[in-house]
Amino acid sequence: MDARRQWIALCTLVRREVRRFMRIWTQTLLPPVITTTLYYLIFGALIGPRIGPMGGVPYIQYIAPGLIMMSVITNAYSNVVSSFYGAKFQRNIDEMLVSPMPNAIIVLGFVIGGIARALCVGAAVTVVSLLFTDLTIHHLAVVVSTAVLTAALFSLAGLVNAIFANSFDDINIVPTFVLTPLIYLGGVFYSIEVLPAFWRSVSLFNPMLYMVNVFRYGVLGVSDVQVVGAYAVMAGITAVLFLLNLYLLERSSSLRS
Amino acid sequence: MPQALAIHDLHKVYPNGKVALRGISLEVAEGDFYALLGPNGAGKSTTIGIVTSLVRKTAGRVEVFGHDIDRQFSQAKACIGLVPQEFNFNIFEKPIDILLNQAGYYGVERRRACARAEALLEHLGLWDARNQPARFLSGGMKRRLIIARALVHDPRLLILDEPTAGVDIELRRTLWRFLREINAAGTTIILTTHYLEEAETLCRNIGIIDHGRLIENTSMRRLLAKLHVETFVLDLAAPVAAPPVLPGYTVRRIDETCLEVDVPKDKPLNRLFAELDAAGIQVVSLRNKVNRLEELFVRLVGEGRAALAEA
Ligand SMILES: Nc1ncnc2c1ncn2[C@@H]1O[C@H](COP(=O)(O)OP(=O)(O)OP(=O)(O)O)[C@@H](O)[C@H]1O
Ligand SMILES: [Mg+2]
Repeated sequence: MDARRQWIALCTLVRREVRRFMRIWTQTLLPPVITTTLYYLIFGALIGPRIGPMGGVPYIQYIAPGLIMMSVITNAYSNVVSSFYGAKFQRNIDEMLVSPMPNAIIVLGFVIGGIARALCVGAAVTVVSLLFTDLTIHHLAVVVSTAVLTAALFSLAGLVNAIFANSFDDINIVPTFVLTPLIYLGGVFYSIEVLPAFWRSVSLFNPMLYMVNVFRYGVLGVSDVQVVGAYAVMAGITAVLFLLNLYLLERSSSLRS
Repeated sequence: MPQALAIHDLHKVYPNGKVALRGISLEVAEGDFYALLGPNGAGKSTTIGIVTSLVRKTAGRVEVFGHDIDRQFSQAKACIGLVPQEFNFNIFEKPIDILLNQAGYYGVERRRACARAEALLEHLGLWDARNQPARFLSGGMKRRLIIARALVHDPRLLILDEPTAGVDIELRRTLWRFLREINAAGTTIILTTHYLEEAETLCRNIGIIDHGRLIENTSMRRLLAKLHVETFVLDLAAPVAAPPVLPGYTVRRIDETCLEVDVPKDKPLNRLFAELDAAGIQVVSLRNKVNRLEELFVRLVGEGRAALAEA
């Protein structure tokens, strides 16, 4: 397949993915907007003033980047995991498997779809944030690149999950038991400065901490972690996951018996 | 010129240990209309799955228009259009989108894809349904949808796995006409079917698979020539007590007014009637017992199994 045809195939996949989450926007775009509104109401407006400043800024401002990142992570992941598993379940994944598209294009198509949804939701949540607090963005390049890289990483992770999944239960296990706890403990709602020394060190093993904090650094200019190192870790994990997906698409017996 | 499809010594053992193919070799020439027949579980879909890369082969070689499916997978796959046995489209998508996506996966430019998809939807009677979710289509429409999908990138080799399963007689004939047109226009077609009449009307060459082995691979004409005896069912005007003895014909009495007669190809029917006349038997009506091809099929499969048992 020449480059031009590969490009057409990729555009087709991306268009399909975007139209899928747009078509079911009440399940994909609306819920995160509602939940973040509730977070702002409760933790920001009602409880926030009693907490006082965190990391040198008002609490409601402190949690805003975390909440945006939380929606980026969960939406990237769940978009790819449900779309790919759905295609596997209905077997319309065969439409792609019989075609001359290389596996790398398939992976890219789903990942770009996941990034698109994550950014749409991220943007919507940002708009909600602006209703509750002022956000002046310190480093736009950092904000955008972290959001895209994080979305890519979790789209790829969702794809791994979808390739292995054999039931609809299997696509909920990781988000419920791994993603959500790691996000909540990854400094969305607090700075790890407030933790006892032991738990602070434990937190440093949580990858979400780096993403949330780099993003917060981009928005507020404050961070718990080293920015360059965090980028390196994210890029490294993304590359490894990409290769893992290529391998799984080629070998997985759940796609080709 | 390379064959449209060349399969060499194909073996398949599924992960659960089930042996599905035990060394299948066959060739299909470009432009051919080839029928792959065999009882349920014979290995037809497995063979097709391997050719279309949906199933991993255990051993063997497959070439599509000279392209090895392992080493030149992209060229090989670009030549094939697949109509699978089971519906496998996204039921929430619209037929038009299903076709456009499939064309896109093959790298067909959007404008050409649109033209092609619309022509196919029109031609296969799906135009009015093109914008409603595919789950609302009837069974026959779903069949036509997956046929249209397989053709949207203009494949040189069309493979259909039981394309007329669950399709009414009228639609079946429409599809036959459609497939004949495509074949006449140069597309090589391979189909599997359980309707022998379908293979007989459409196909020039035929392969019969049973238990993962190719037990017959020949032209339709030569296969039919193997049929040297035809069985007729005769309804009689008056009851007979015993089957009459007619020299040269085997006669069985089904009930008192019904006989079954095996007529060898080299004996004219006129003589049979002369003999019946002589025996004082009046025939009211006459019909073929079953599709002769069906009978032959059962016989071939039976012989194949007997040969296996001896080996
Ligand atoms: N995924 C699978 N795992 C294990 N065994 C399988 C699988 N798919 C098919 N088989 C077995 O392989 C054998 C061949 O199956 P296949 O589907 O190729 O038959 P077929 O000739 O297409 O039959 P039918 O006319 O019923 O469609 C059968 O015994 C079947 O049970
Ligand atoms: Mg089959």
